[in-house]
Amino acid sequence: MSEVTAEGGHGAVPTGPEVPVEPRSRAVRRDWPLYEVFVRGKRGLNHVHVGSLHAPDDEMAIDAARDLYTRRNEGVSIWVVRAADITASSPDEKDPLFAPSGDKVYRHPTFYEIPDGVPHL
Amino acid sequence: MSAPTLDRQPAGSPGEAALQEHFDATIAADRRIEPRDWMPEGYRKTLVRQVAQHAHSEIIGMQPEGDWLLAAPSLRRKAVLLAKVQDEAGHGLYLYSAAETLGADRADLTDKLIEGRQKYSSIFNYPTLSYADVGVIGWLVDGAAICNQVPLCRSSYGPYARAMIRVCKEESFHQRQGYELLMTMMGGTDEQRAMVQDAVDRWWWPSLMMFGPPDDESPNTAQSMAWGIKRHTNDELRQRFVDMTVPQARHLGVTLPDPDLAWDEAAGHWRFGAIDWDEFKRVIGGQGPMNAVRIARRRAARDDNAWVVEAASAYARKHEEVPA
Repeated sequence: MSEVTAEGGHGAVPTGPEVPVEPRSRAVRRDWPLYEVFVRGKRGLNHVHVGSLHAPDDEMAIDAARDLYTRRNEGVSIWVVRAADITASSPDEKDPLFAPSGDKVYRHPTFYEIPDGVPHL
Repeated sequence: MSAPTLDRQPAGSPGEAALQEHFDATIAADRRIEPRDWMPEGYRKTLVRQVAQHAHSEIIGMQPEGDWLLAAPSLRRKAVLLAKVQDEAGHGLYLYSAAETLGADRADLTDKLIEGRQKYSSIFNYPTLSYADVGVIGWLVDGAAICNQVPLCRSSYGPYARAMIRVCKEESFHQRQGYELLMTMMGGTDEQRAMVQDAVDRWWWPSLMMFGPPDDESPNTAQSMAWGIKRHTNDELRQRFVDMTVPQARHLGVTLPDPDLAWDEAAGHWRFGAIDWDEFKRVIGGQGPMNAVRIARRRAARDDNAWVVEAASAYARKHEEVPA
């Protein structure tokens, strides 16, 4: 038997090469589009990304997000957005993209030395 | 985020060496790998196998307890069981989402499950014969799952780790409701106590098998640990579970069906008897008591409900064409 590891979470599962991983090219059955879900935990907080789900349209995506991500009062507001509509920075450009802020330590308050005893600063 | 654009440099190219170096440094610093990062193919494939089959376990795991929804002894027990089974569905969906960030496709994974090309935890191939089984599954099966899942909250793959944090928060309710159910039955009649003991007798050994074969049969453990996708060996996790469970059994007043169970004072651990790994191999290979039933029901759920999926898609298309 091939490797069987407890890291299958809810009981051990085989992780050897006999378990296929690549999706077949599919022409027939297509899944619903993928949505990313953002939840506001309570008033005064930002919406935070919590995960994703498949849904046929925006309205059902909200309903599914309610069932999937707020079963225990985790939120007071939900945003859903189609994953395909998100523009993200490229991981390849990570260093050049963030370089402009990398060498500007003077943007942080700790850059400035203030003598002890000066109040409210 | 999904839809990975994994940067596939030709193997052995100078570009790949630099990417591998960056990956290794991230792992060495115990930082997380995120979906669009470059990762070695072996890492990605092993993770898909872990996460997708974990998702399958959650989805198939709805069936053994789902069988008792209509026979719950009270409205309270029924509401609790419904909430628990609904949680399992949620856990499955979190995990399919995580698998999709690695380039998998949910519908395709479901097909692979139904065709038997991917597996799920062997524990769900045993039948639930009485309501005491619902309690014992919460206590032992979900207890064993928690032992496996808590370290997975530190998996080096970000989306899996985040899904596991959510799952672990919810799983603790599952275990406690099971134990409370059993406490209630143990305080009942002799017949009820006998039902609990019978369920414990049937589920104890399969629960120990949930951690997988012993370490000397797991040649790839070192690689998975180096990658940060396995944090403890199968045997370590199993020992932790036994040590936690023995005092709980004593408190409950049941006997664990192992004559070799004994406290090892020097090691500070409970020692237990030999596990029947032939049974484990039979069950995970498809010869367990309920394998065929579980898969047949999953296949029926996919095929009999296909019209709902299609109808919702048709409705969405119609409203995209004619905005309200």
